Amino acid sequence: MNLSEGTATRGLVEKLLTINGWAVFLFLYVPISIVMIFSFSDHPNVGIWGGFTLDWYDRMLGNDQLMRALRNSVIVGLVSTFVSTILGTAAAIALERYRRWIGKRPFDALLYLPVIIPDVTMAVMLLIWFAQLNFRFGLTTILLSHIAFNISFVAIVVRARLANMDDSLEEAAADLYAGRWQTFRRVTLPLIWPGVIGGALLALTLSLDDVVITSLVQGPGATTLPVYVFGLIRRSVTPEINAVSTVMLVASMLLVLMSLGFQRRAETRE
Amino acid sequence: MRCGFWYVARLMSASAVTLSNVTKRFGEEVVAVDDIDLEIGDGEFFSLLGPSGCGKTTTLRMIAGLEFPTEGSIKIFGEEMGIRPPNKRPVNTVFQSYALFPHMSVFDNVAFGLRMSGIEGSEVDRRVSESIDLVQLSGMAKRSPRQLSGGQQQRVALARALVNRPKVLLLDEPLGALDLKLRQAMQLELKDIQKEVGITFVYVTHDQQEALTMSDRIGVMSHGRLLQVGPSEEIYESPANRFVADFIGETNFIEGQVTAPGEVKLTNGALVKARTHSEPGSAVTLTLRPEKLNVNSPGTDIPADRCSLRGKVHRRIYYGDALYYEVDIGTVLVDVMVENRPGVLRWSEGDEVLLDFHPEAAEALTE
Amino acid sequence: MTQLAEHERVEVNPELEERAEKDKARRGLLTALPAYVYLIAFFAIPLVLVFVFSFASRSRTGTPVLADWNLDSWARLFDPLVAGLAWRSLWLAVVNTLLCLLIGYPFAYWIATRRAGTTRNLLLILVLIPFWSNFLVRTYAWRTLLDVDGFVTQFGEATGLWGQLLFSLPAVFIGLLYGYLPFMVLPLYAAIERIDWSLVDAARDLYATGGDAFRKVTLPLSRPGIVAGSILVFIPSLGAYVTPDILGGPNTTLIGEYIVTQFGAARNWPFGAALSSAILIVMLIATIYYFRSGGRTL
Repeated sequence: MNLSEGTATRGLVEKLLTINGWAVFLFLYVPISIVMIFSFSDHPNVGIWGGFTLDWYDRMLGNDQLMRALRNSVIVGLVSTFVSTILGTAAAIALERYRRWIGKRPFDALLYLPVIIPDVTMAVMLLIWFAQLNFRFGLTTILLSHIAFNISFVAIVVRARLANMDDSLEEAAADLYAGRWQTFRRVTLPLIWPGVIGGALLALTLSLDDVVITSLVQGPGATTLPVYVFGLIRRSVTPEINAVSTVMLVASMLLVLMSLGFQRRAETRE
Repeated sequence: MRCGFWYVARLMSASAVTLSNVTKRFGEEVVAVDDIDLEIGDGEFFSLLGPSGCGKTTTLRMIAGLEFPTEGSIKIFGEEMGIRPPNKRPVNTVFQSYALFPHMSVFDNVAFGLRMSGIEGSEVDRRVSESIDLVQLSGMAKRSPRQLSGGQQQRVALARALVNRPKVLLLDEPLGALDLKLRQAMQLELKDIQKEVGITFVYVTHDQQEALTMSDRIGVMSHGRLLQVGPSEEIYESPANRFVADFIGETNFIEGQVTAPGEVKLTNGALVKARTHSEPGSAVTLTLRPEKLNVNSPGTDIPADRCSLRGKVHRRIYYGDALYYEVDIGTVLVDVMVENRPGVLRWSEGDEVLLDFHPEAAEALTE
Repeated sequence: MTQLAEHERVEVNPELEERAEKDKARRGLLTALPAYVYLIAFFAIPLVLVFVFSFASRSRTGTPVLADWNLDSWARLFDPLVAGLAWRSLWLAVVNTLLCLLIGYPFAYWIATRRAGTTRNLLLILVLIPFWSNFLVRTYAWRTLLDVDGFVTQFGEATGLWGQLLFSLPAVFIGLLYGYLPFMVLPLYAAIERIDWSLVDAARDLYATGGDAFRKVTLPLSRPGIVAGSILVFIPSLGAYVTPDILGGPNTTLIGEYIVTQFGAARNWPFGAALSSAILIVMLIATIYYFRSGGRTL
């Protein structure tokens, strides 16, 4: 539905709104565009153009520490996404499809907290806990932390998808002799699949994005890409960081487009 | 404030709403309203009738100021509206979906227009209570729209519009969402309210029975064009073309040719009298409503002022209060409706019968 | 139809239904159990632990000693230095939220009122892309822009409007606005897009001007979006760490960094726990207010 011709914003207000709109887009895109452009600049000073070069990308690829951090990020990202997607989807199903069970309400509340809580607090929580348990800080603690905050995000996305789904379809399946697991595998899961994938991609993005929590629970020697870059930025700013940033930006953009393309395909199939 | 100005303008013109050459195009291709001319009189209950997509709602919205005509002019009490926004027009609308503000109480909904006009305090209280009483919702003032039934919501929408005493009230299929019994009751109530308040009602509906019973005049629309305007009786008894004849009530279409003024030779050979409007030799379609025909046994003496048609009963349908016969007259099946009164003969399938009708009931249409 | 054998026939009784319900409830719990256990183990317990530790004593190395429970760490919260810092962080979070709202609302409204669905979708995708882009990188972008040779600095110097903004509070402001604006826009868009525009038609029909209709109909109906967006901006802004660290200077310390230092150089875990608990309490208040004012799932 749209605003009617007679009541739509027009004249000055409409012009101002449009100007504001484009201004915000510029504001959002110009800074990251500049980062990407200057990753190709042959000058040690970020901000001064020195001619086109791919040196910084070479350096980036040759940076062992960076590549190891990247590898760690990917491992942690994929594993934490996998685990949290399974746990989060199960949680969503338990909340949407089962009306009453012991501890349901507290669980619902518990599930929302990781979404709301500031990174810093969660980082501190987990640091204290791991220290108390005498865990060795390393990739494992990072992984455990990422799963902890990702479950909730997956659950939210899958829940939304479940709520929108016509649950009489599941009843129809039961009417046609399908057992519970069969119903899930052949009816529910295919229908919520875009939500599951959406949740998974969100989890992956959040995992690859995380700085604060990871930096507090990591151990010596093993670090993730964003934390490594964070360290670089604090020490000295060079266009090598622009190169890494560009790669990270392109990766996130690809993830977005992938997730959208996937959702669109799923919708047209329905 | 508004009243003074409009009173003067009203003295100077007899019509409440005048549409001249109004056309509405959406984009390049879609013509929603196609060059219509219409004059709606002050105090009239006027209905715009037609199937979905015929342009009646678009026309209404243009009067309200929610859309603007691509071409043509709309005048309200003589004053050209142009691209005046809705809040500057002396009309109010009852929306199809009611459009009640969910975040306000019934009272605040009804008071909205008054407050926007700068009226405050006790006058608001007084007029809102009056309006709520008028639609028989006394006591519901503090409720929220969500707590009301469909029928009650509809009345709030009506009260909200009427409280402003607009000179013209626009209603967009307001009874569409109600069940049959409630709808019929509301039809009568609306009619009563209109008489009591005395303002012009412009009513949009696709339900021809609703339009026939409530309106002073009806405008039948199809594909953006205004096909016929007139009082209910005229629309029903003398439809101007096939569409109107078919859309309103039930009718039969029998092809033929005009042989002389008032005389039509049907394609099955029979010569009948009818109301003709075209030259001898022109092809016409006779439209004849089922209730206007009688069924007699063959050989019955038909009075001289009536016409007869020979046929055979193809099917009989029992409706309880009436009997429907499909009679085969050779080229086409003619529907006849006979009231189920004691003493009336019943015919069976296969019977040879003689139909008769009065020429005044048969309209020879050229389009 | 075949007859059931004597032992196969089941008598209908109310107990059956009860048992079926209990069975279903059990299955529900089992389905949620893995996630439940995980979250209790790695969220609920740590959460409680933070509160507990805030009352602990500090050992020589700074780690908490679970004896000699005291309120020292909490008392320190009222220390003028800390209070000033906390106040600055709170104020910064509030202002950032307001700025995001002031810029984000017209923006979301503009997108939501574009007539063509394809246009709206396209614009939305254009907002999603920076939203999903790496937060660190987006903050880094401003690090370079506000640096000595950065474009913004060059522009400012050329026009005489400003000098180097880096490592100052305005830089942190810009960084936070840039980082969190999409978080405000998306819930706002969702709420505005959902509005039944025929209500605006009705308001205008009832003599409201465009401004009246906006204030009395559109704005109130978009409130859920405003509240959701505000929460999504306010809370992370309050605990911001990366942005102030990269864009801020020595005298723009905010609570996020301050907490992290307690577990690093400053070596005072109980105090860090107390600070974190304080933020948690603020966050809980904000969330309760959100759900009280009719907020639904985010």
